[in-house]
Amino acid sequence: MSVFMKTNTVLGRRQMLKAVGMGAFALAGSGMVSTEANATADAASRYLSKVTGGAAAKEGRVSLKLPEIAENGRTVPVTVSVDSPMSDSDYVKTVHVVAEGNPNPEVVSFNMSPGMGKAEVSTRIRLGKTQNVRAVAVMSDGSVYSGTKEVKVTIGGCGG
Amino acid sequence: MAKKPRIKVPKKAKAGQIIQIKTLYSHKMETGNRKNSKTGKLIPRMIVNNFSCSFNGKEVISVTIHPAVAANPYFAFFAKVTESGTFDFVWTDDAGKKVPAQAKITVS
Repeated sequence: MSVFMKTNTVLGRRQMLKAVGMGAFALAGSGMVSTEANATADAASRYLSKVTGGAAAKEGRVSLKLPEIAENGRTVPVTVSVDSPMSDSDYVKTVHVVAEGNPNPEVVSFNMSPGMGKAEVSTRIRLGKTQNVRAVAVMSDGSVYSGTKEVKVTIGGCGG
Repeated sequence: MAKKPRIKVPKKAKAGQIIQIKTLYSHKMETGNRKNSKTGKLIPRMIVNNFSCSFNGKEVISVTIHPAVAANPYFAFFAKVTESGTFDFVWTDDAGKKVPAQAKITVS
């Protein structure tokens, strides 16, 4: 009985380790941190569908440049660039940036014009914790494109 | 904030060239989520909520800013210049105060 118990605990530990390992792998892979983050991902999606008029966003054409690991969440440099000719007939109207794990999903919105010549903007944002940052671009023809990047945050920057 | 905004615009450019503009405005950008450590009360929100840049009266970019933009808001972006002229920048805060700035460029 005691032997059985012992094997059981050992197995239990191994399973634990395996589970923890798998968990960490899943974390790195999908960027889903907790159910809380999922909840705000929904809030971010709701906010985005509100500002983009409910159009379905296609993946691509939007690229986000962010550090893999942000040591200080109080100021995280971000560059959003959209693949667009920025001519008078075909340009990027608006770019919305959202953070899925912040107290409020909205971060910043850029209203662009053909006068920019190049659809690329840089700024610095606050990130509360490790999370996905999403950028959504609304084109002049009404189509919507999105891009996502995960950032690991060491020290959060949303006050408390 | 009493400090002047910092702007970087090239002095000269060729017609049709795409130039980079960098701006930095000193502002603490109080989010409204922080609490006063002594009284426990929330510190009211006070951020710069809008920034815009126009060239010879035509808007180049306008930015709607939320509290998740870091203190001392920094923006770098591009502009295509075809003629000499003036860039006008305006920062607007929650109290409605507008801080303007200008930069001239000579296009050859």
